[in-house]
Amino acid sequence: MNPYVELSIGFARTGLTGFGGGPSTIPLIEYEVVKKYKWMTEEEFGDVLAMANTLPGPIATKMAAYIGYKVKGNLGATVAILAHILPSIIALIGLLGALYAYRHSPIVSGMVLGVTPVIGFMLAEMAYGFYKKGHKGLGLSKMIIFTVISFVTMQIIGLHPGILIVAFLLSAFFIARRKKKAAKTAEVIIERKEKSL
Amino acid sequence: MMYWDLFWAFFVANLLGYGGGPATIPLIQNEVVNNYNWMTLSEFGDLLAIANALPGPIATKLAGFIGFEIGGVLGATIALAGTILPSAVAVIILFKFVDLFKDSAEVKLMTKAVQPIIAVLLAVMAYQFFLTAFESSGIIHLILLTVLSFLTLNKWKIHPSLVIIGALVYGGIFLQVA
Repeated sequence: MNPYVELSIGFARTGLTGFGGGPSTIPLIEYEVVKKYKWMTEEEFGDVLAMANTLPGPIATKMAAYIGYKVKGNLGATVAILAHILPSIIALIGLLGALYAYRHSPIVSGMVLGVTPVIGFMLAEMAYGFYKKGHKGLGLSKMIIFTVISFVTMQIIGLHPGILIVAFLLSAFFIARRKKKAAKTAEVIIERKEKSL
Repeated sequence: MMYWDLFWAFFVANLLGYGGGPATIPLIQNEVVNNYNWMTLSEFGDLLAIANALPGPIATKLAGFIGFEIGGVLGATIALAGTILPSAVAVIILFKFVDLFKDSAEVKLMTKAVQPIIAVLLAVMAYQFFLTAFESSGIIHLILLTVLSFLTLNKWKIHPSLVIIGALVYGGIFLQVA
């Protein structure tokens, strides 16, 4: 079959069956890419995923871009991304357009109110998910300190989240770098000691 | 420059949302609701509800819809370009240096460092939705719907789109605004 058609089918299918945002579609993409169309081996896919995770931005479109590019260059990347995102965007515009058109009807306003606590709960659940990941990665005391700092600077002082994120990213980068250097010097010292003995 | 604003808003939100689409939701909300006033918070909430009920990546659904509302098909295209292009181009270029970055201690710590910020942003948004629900529907409906959300989504693992449809039906019957 034409590789563009395969890319379109594979990425449209993962876009239409992956509920819960990009990260939850990764296993579906892996199935199409590794098992069904054999564009990559499992190891290659793992490498691309690890690397895509180091960059900011939505994960599913990064995967689509790279896999499409690998199969058919720039045009392949474009086809894969569009096939993945367009069906759900068009459905969303249609559904919300209908909802907005009747937004003053008592029933539609009621429907919106009914959904509000569900969204609150979904967001709270996501917040908890990020908190738990942070707790596991940073440890309890650091996580609490950073959470308090984030809350105070953004909600009470009113700082733009972007400034805080850049500050946190830069500090993390330099701390990791210093730790690496320190580990290296420690190794050198041990080596020297071993030699002198 | 509306089109430039659209590009910039989605570019910034997705560049800073370190850790995939869901991490960018509060950042998109910050740009769209607080910064550019393209939507109210409750409109953004409706959008999030319907977007969550549909499949596909969340960041591109939000960009596509908001761009379309503000500037038609061209607006949607520009908002999507701001969301996807920078990271898609970077991933293709960077793959040539994959071994330099994959297991880098810097990248690992950077991903962890952003998590408290995202957690706070999401928690504040959650609070705002609960507050809206409390003010407009009252405490009984709020508690009932929140408990039902917890049971269906978290305990029984019912599909989110079914839960959203259920909540829409509940609201359409019991929460009609006179």
